[in-house]
Amino acid sequence: MLTSNLDAVAPMLCIVLGALAAMAAEAFRRRGEQMPIGWFGVIVLAGAALSSIFLWDRKLSAFDVIAADNFGLFVALVLCIVGILTVMFSSQVIHRDNLPAGEYYALVLFAISGMMMMAMATDLLVIFIALEILSLSVYVLTGIRRDNLAGTEAAFKYFLLGAFSSAFFLYGIAFTYGVTGSTRLSAVGPYLSAQSMTGNPMILIALGLLLVGFAFKISAVPFHMWTPDAYEGAPAIVTGFMSTGVKAAAFAAFARVFLSSFEPFRLESPAGPGWANVVSAIAILTMVLGTVVGVAQSSLKRMLAYSSIAHGGYLLVGLVAANQVGKVAILFYLLVYSVTNLAAFGVIAMLGARDKANDSLRDYAGLWHTHPALAALMTVSLLSLGGLPPTAGFIGKWYIFSAAVSAGYYKLAIIGVLTSVVSVFFYLRVVVMMYMAERDATQAPVTITPIGMAALSLAIAVILYLGILPAPVLDLASRSISTIF
Amino acid sequence: MLTLSWLLPLAGGLLLLLIPNADRRRDGLIRWLAFAISVLGFAVTLVVWARFDPTSAEFQFVERVPWIHIDPTLAIDYYVGIDGISLLLVVLTAFLTPIALLSSWEGIQKQVKAFSVLILLLDSAMIGVFVSIDLFLFYVFWDAMLIPMYFLIGIWGYDQRIYAAIKFMLYTMAGSVLMLVAILVLAYMYSDGPGQGQYSFDLLKLYTLQIAPETQRWLFLAFAVAFAIKVPLFPFHTWLPDAHVQAPTAGSIILAGVLLKMGTYGLVRFAFPLFPVAAAAFAPWIAVLAVIGIIYGALVAMVQPDMKKLVAYSSVSHLGFVVLGICAMNVQGMQGAVYQMLAHGVSTGGLFLIVGMLSDRRHTRLISEFGGLKSVMPHLTAAFLIITLASIGMPALNGFIGEFLTMLGAFLWEPRFVVGAGLGVIFSAVYMLWMFQRVYLGDITNAKNATLPDLKPREWATVVPLCALAIFMGVFPALFLSPMELSVKKVVDRVQSVQTQRAQR
Repeated sequence: MLTSNLDAVAPMLCIVLGALAAMAAEAFRRRGEQMPIGWFGVIVLAGAALSSIFLWDRKLSAFDVIAADNFGLFVALVLCIVGILTVMFSSQVIHRDNLPAGEYYALVLFAISGMMMMAMATDLLVIFIALEILSLSVYVLTGIRRDNLAGTEAAFKYFLLGAFSSAFFLYGIAFTYGVTGSTRLSAVGPYLSAQSMTGNPMILIALGLLLVGFAFKISAVPFHMWTPDAYEGAPAIVTGFMSTGVKAAAFAAFARVFLSSFEPFRLESPAGPGWANVVSAIAILTMVLGTVVGVAQSSLKRMLAYSSIAHGGYLLVGLVAANQVGKVAILFYLLVYSVTNLAAFGVIAMLGARDKANDSLRDYAGLWHTHPALAALMTVSLLSLGGLPPTAGFIGKWYIFSAAVSAGYYKLAIIGVLTSVVSVFFYLRVVVMMYMAERDATQAPVTITPIGMAALSLAIAVILYLGILPAPVLDLASRSISTIF
Repeated sequence: MLTLSWLLPLAGGLLLLLIPNADRRRDGLIRWLAFAISVLGFAVTLVVWARFDPTSAEFQFVERVPWIHIDPTLAIDYYVGIDGISLLLVVLTAFLTPIALLSSWEGIQKQVKAFSVLILLLDSAMIGVFVSIDLFLFYVFWDAMLIPMYFLIGIWGYDQRIYAAIKFMLYTMAGSVLMLVAILVLAYMYSDGPGQGQYSFDLLKLYTLQIAPETQRWLFLAFAVAFAIKVPLFPFHTWLPDAHVQAPTAGSIILAGVLLKMGTYGLVRFAFPLFPVAAAAFAPWIAVLAVIGIIYGALVAMVQPDMKKLVAYSSVSHLGFVVLGICAMNVQGMQGAVYQMLAHGVSTGGLFLIVGMLSDRRHTRLISEFGGLKSVMPHLTAAFLIITLASIGMPALNGFIGEFLTMLGAFLWEPRFVVGAGLGVIFSAVYMLWMFQRVYLGDITNAKNATLPDLKPREWATVVPLCALAIFMGVFPALFLSPMELSVKKVVDRVQSVQTQRAQR
């Protein structure tokens, strides 16, 4: 049982206070004065990570709606890593693109606080509030380059569709409340499993609406339409941030809600078709469409947008499997995918210029000759996305598919491995460009800051470490799920 | 010891990365260091061979360290060992790597450091494949090996290199991911099985599984397709001519010499003994494909204008013998198959090596561009003749022993297949000798060939070991057959006992 204690919100509090301080710093900054707000952000995030580690195994809960159980804390740690890497990469681009540092870092921190809240919330309404906190911050981040048309368009599209999906989600909560009389997950679950819900369509509607809301946020097909445009228009590092952080947070909440409260409706029963069937269909669509359309892209950012859709599909496979292995696989994959994808977007961000994104495949021609280290690091992250050993991506995919196999979903596993072969094709196209094509002579050389390089090396070290010695982290993930499900 | 054999090239390769070489002044140093590392690796495998106990059919030099243990469900070990079947393949791998490095001394001029490192990484991953007993570990090496090969073909290959590299990668991956699913199914089957809750990738434990025939069929297919693509068995061979022809000489030597053997090794080690019932059911069909491959490969080789392509198709044909021998599932066939793997590694490695020398000198591989080379380069011609004769199975050379044993094994099993295989032997003599005649005999028809230099000291160093080994293996086959005998027998016994049990029931 969870103990009630305000300590549970410490990681979030740490980040929110940091974000407020960053905003204040920007307000009191004299024109032209340089402030190390980025470093401040890293310290805040490290503090949040540290407090998450202190909360480990203590099973605290605050206000009865935020639970610092190990599951939430694991995701919180992933989010801290995402945040630290994002801030480090951003330091490279923030001056180059003339972004307002105070606002930018404050928004990143606010978004992370929302994500953390979403991962730790045990009440549907709190999940909704968290969702709004993170969404609003990310909408603004998407359009943070106000003079950039594509960015503004992306932000607008993202906002409209995001608002739409939030409405779905809220409506789902309303129906759930209507049926069960509560929005607490701890109350909803027992009610649903105690009552025989046969013949009550309301709960199926609630389930469906919540599913749609989550599917939007994790950009699962057919609710993915906003993703490619939003990802392409946003600054590269923001894309990296939202394709990892938002997905991790949404998946954590998704798993928490569907694997605890709505667990009784997972399999087909007299009450309805069972959400596992629906989610497995969505997973198949997501994996297939994400990879197949990804093949046709010539912009690297857009290609990675589709690839991140496909990766959402793999995560859904873990959710469908819903057994011990599947839950561990989701957590592990979230970590692996976040670090890997951020590293890839970090490279894109580093190679961009203020007036030119440099994100078409052609721009990567001969990168090996001009920036061998950057090309090597990009290669490792692409191989990891493609799921080749000895990278973390391989272990992640292997664990996801082993979950599918152990739960008897052979079809999902087979489709999953085949789509990952197709995805290797488009990741390799980038590798081909980097190593096997000649450098375009007109391409201006880019300068790479030591911090950006350090962040990239850190990410690659994590990818290789998790690929070769995954046992400690897998073990941690497996112990963190035992607390809630 | 085994860990050292794969870790040494890996560590050496990574250390080479640290040598700064932006101005390319240290190219020579890097070449020598890489060569030294690979020779050292070869020495390690020779020590393993010397200390190998041929009177035991068990895995030897076993090392076992817990790797990924997640309580209470999962146990993956770093688990390596070697038996008579894998022993010589490991030695072959380590033997061909220094030769491949030497062969590219002049042919490879750009990015020497990256090239040397990738060859060493490839060496390491290939040895890893042969020594793994844990299926997960095996799969990691199996897939990891694709990455260096992909870069070798894609960066240092000929004109169509990018197409060939991607085709190679996707083709082999498509096969192997289905095997991954099958491996997972097997591992979970074990956990459902005898008592324990833990699922395991330990091959020796998985051997004890009793799998329903229906399930065996699917799993066998998943494994067999992965290996058939690698071999490559007709009709899965289409990646091979592209990859072989476009790869740089060193890549071709390793591709033909070792990589293809991974497919046949996989059949011997995994597909057949894990699923004996399904293997018995499918063996005739696989043998049919093998015989088609023998004849088809030979016929297509015959009409190739490009020497490298000719040798590539000859591999399709020769590997057909190996598969046929495996399908026979008797000691003669299986021993012949393993022996043929080694022999083919030596002789085809040699063919690619010498074709590479000609191509380095003339920048063409077309047979019609050459003619009468015997008079300008007699030593190279002699070496090529030895390797050619070895390749077509001339008695007293290594190819003969392997082909003879596989055909003997096939004859004991199903004589009809031997008719087709015999045709292949005749065809192989036709295309190889015809090529030899057109390239080396007669008068010099092309003035550009009149001044070609003969073997240089460095080339002597690559040709002599290969020719010597081709002769040695042909004269003293027992030296190579005896260590593998018991291990082969064990595999055959295992497969046959399950099959007879089933027949009695």
